[in-house]
Amino acid sequence: MNIHEYQAKQLFQHYHIPIPEGKQATMPEQAGAIAQSLGGEGWVVKAQVHAGGRGKVGGVKLAKTSGEVAGFTRAMLGTRLVTAQTDAVGLPVHSVLVEKTYPIKRELYLSLVLDRGTERLIFIASAAGGMDIEAVAHDAPEKILTVSVHPAAGLQGYQCRKVAYALGLSGTQHKAIAAIMQGMYSLFLAKDASQIEINPLIETDGGDLLALDAKINFDDNAVALHPDILAMKDSAQEDDKENEAQQFGLNYITLDGNIGCMVNGAGLAMATMDLVKLKGGLPANFLDVGGGTNVEKVCEAFKLILSDGNVKAVLVNIFGGIVKCDVIALGILEAIKQVHVAVPVVVRLEGTNVEEGRALLSDTGLGIYAADDLAHAAEQVVALAEAVA
Amino acid sequence: MSILVNKGTKVICQGFTGKQGTFHSQQALDYGTQLVGGVTPERGGETHLGLPVFNTVQAAVDTTGATASVIYVPPFYAADAILEAVDAGIKLIVCITEGIPILQMLRVKAAMAGTGALLVGPNCPGIITPGECKIGIMPAKIHLPGSIGIVSRSGTLTYESVHQTTAQGLGQSTCVGIGGDPVHGMNFVDVLSRFQADDQTQGIVMVGEIGGGEEEDAADYIKAHVTKPVVAYIAGQTAPAGKRMGHAGAIVTGGKGTAAGKIAALKAAGIEVVSSPTEIGVAMKSCF
Repeated sequence: MNIHEYQAKQLFQHYHIPIPEGKQATMPEQAGAIAQSLGGEGWVVKAQVHAGGRGKVGGVKLAKTSGEVAGFTRAMLGTRLVTAQTDAVGLPVHSVLVEKTYPIKRELYLSLVLDRGTERLIFIASAAGGMDIEAVAHDAPEKILTVSVHPAAGLQGYQCRKVAYALGLSGTQHKAIAAIMQGMYSLFLAKDASQIEINPLIETDGGDLLALDAKINFDDNAVALHPDILAMKDSAQEDDKENEAQQFGLNYITLDGNIGCMVNGAGLAMATMDLVKLKGGLPANFLDVGGGTNVEKVCEAFKLILSDGNVKAVLVNIFGGIVKCDVIALGILEAIKQVHVAVPVVVRLEGTNVEEGRALLSDTGLGIYAADDLAHAAEQVVALAEAVA
Repeated sequence: MSILVNKGTKVICQGFTGKQGTFHSQQALDYGTQLVGGVTPERGGETHLGLPVFNTVQAAVDTTGATASVIYVPPFYAADAILEAVDAGIKLIVCITEGIPILQMLRVKAAMAGTGALLVGPNCPGIITPGECKIGIMPAKIHLPGSIGIVSRSGTLTYESVHQTTAQGLGQSTCVGIGGDPVHGMNFVDVLSRFQADDQTQGIVMVGEIGGGEEEDAADYIKAHVTKPVVAYIAGQTAPAGKRMGHAGAIVTGGKGTAAGKIAALKAAGIEVVSSPTEIGVAMKSCF
């Protein structure tokens, strides 16, 4: 789960990670007033969307007066921001973050992530902040330091000193960076984060360290344990269909193609998408109906697929283990009853209760093509989609 | 011989009296698995499916001599269940549960280091030696005792591989679903090394997917140590970066864990990688 920058900075504050003075605004006048009450000589207005790359597309503006702050806010609110990290439709700007600006001496990078390979939380630090850290890692790996934390020992002082020296910090900054790292580590554990990134972490002319940006992701498996985090969820930043799918316990991801896919199991769903592509088609979605499925869930899955106007044909691929093929067949028939299905549907069933399932779908006169072989099913659905298109 | 489990393996079930535990325990009994009891706190002393229920794993082990346990408890209780099994001296722990918080698994793995216990999963279909011992949620009917070892991160793709190797008349020695979570128990190399050492296993099917680097590690291992024919398939060639494809572990981030990278690594190690999930059985058959 993602949250906004202003929310991440609120969490930072709780964990004593220094942030610029600022406040979130949902109206232009409010933004202007925030600038006035913050004081200072300049402010930054930052569009709040769940994506990076905002600065390059007008989502981050520097203002010299409170009037400018209000003006930039007015221009941003209600628009959709398209960045390198969003799709072509972009994400809606419903609020902005207004912050005081600070004279920047250096931009650093600091993040805490889970490393699957070592099964440890690792800090990644670099003096080359403010840029795409993946590019730095690729082009100049020597500029990146990683520090691995043992879950039993926790973060140690020497690890913070290592980071401090690598970042070229001195004096009281050593204490400051240790406090920031400890704050990140505590926050990560307390709230089941999956990533905390500060890019850039700035050193001001006065030598202070400040988290100029803040990005936190949370483990989807754990958010139910944290009502305060769940309350920060902003559904407007997510795909409508993906939200709807979640309510029914379905795993759905929108893609660009025209062949709808309904599959049980994440691996088989991915494999089915790959197979469609291999046969010359393009999948319209990833959809895993999951384990303990029922007629209602299959019916909703079907409606979800058909609500995508690009879909020209549907491939259902079920390998029944816990999922019973006859239940899937009944769900398909129920869905066809409830929604007008104008596209052909190719169904491949295998596994538990396969005979019953196939019998239910044969000779219905409803444009259902029963296939007993997966490769053949994929070829058939691609041909049908082409014929319709 | 098979690997990890056989007809002599004594198994208990944690979460025995729950809906999932009950259903799959009955299936296991029907298959002939030596299920010898189960654990549900506060239900000790009862009889369920004709077997004794214990309050603790320790009591179950002491009474039944079980060496394996299968876990069907809800996600927020699963870490506790795994560590209880480790503490009681269970040698093979199969955790079916999906949705365990990753930080909990991180601590579980750290706590398991040095204990010698083996963990399969979580978020997996389990393990089966056809005709002898079924521990997990896989459909029994598709399996055939035989010569192919199957190891996979995905449940339903394990079933596809089983189905196809059965259709080719090869059958399976043992099938291990290692699970779709980023932090999990046995990995590809742990299972591959056992298949290599197992006389019954003549060929190996390995099914990977996007995310992480375990397929790349497996490629290195196979090149150096595995002499038996290996057929591999990698799911997620069309998956967009940054999107979690169902499994918590199936995500391409920062250009790492792509299907293309994994396929290249496997091919470079001389392993046959099929481009379609429907060609696994045929490709395996052609090795003999």
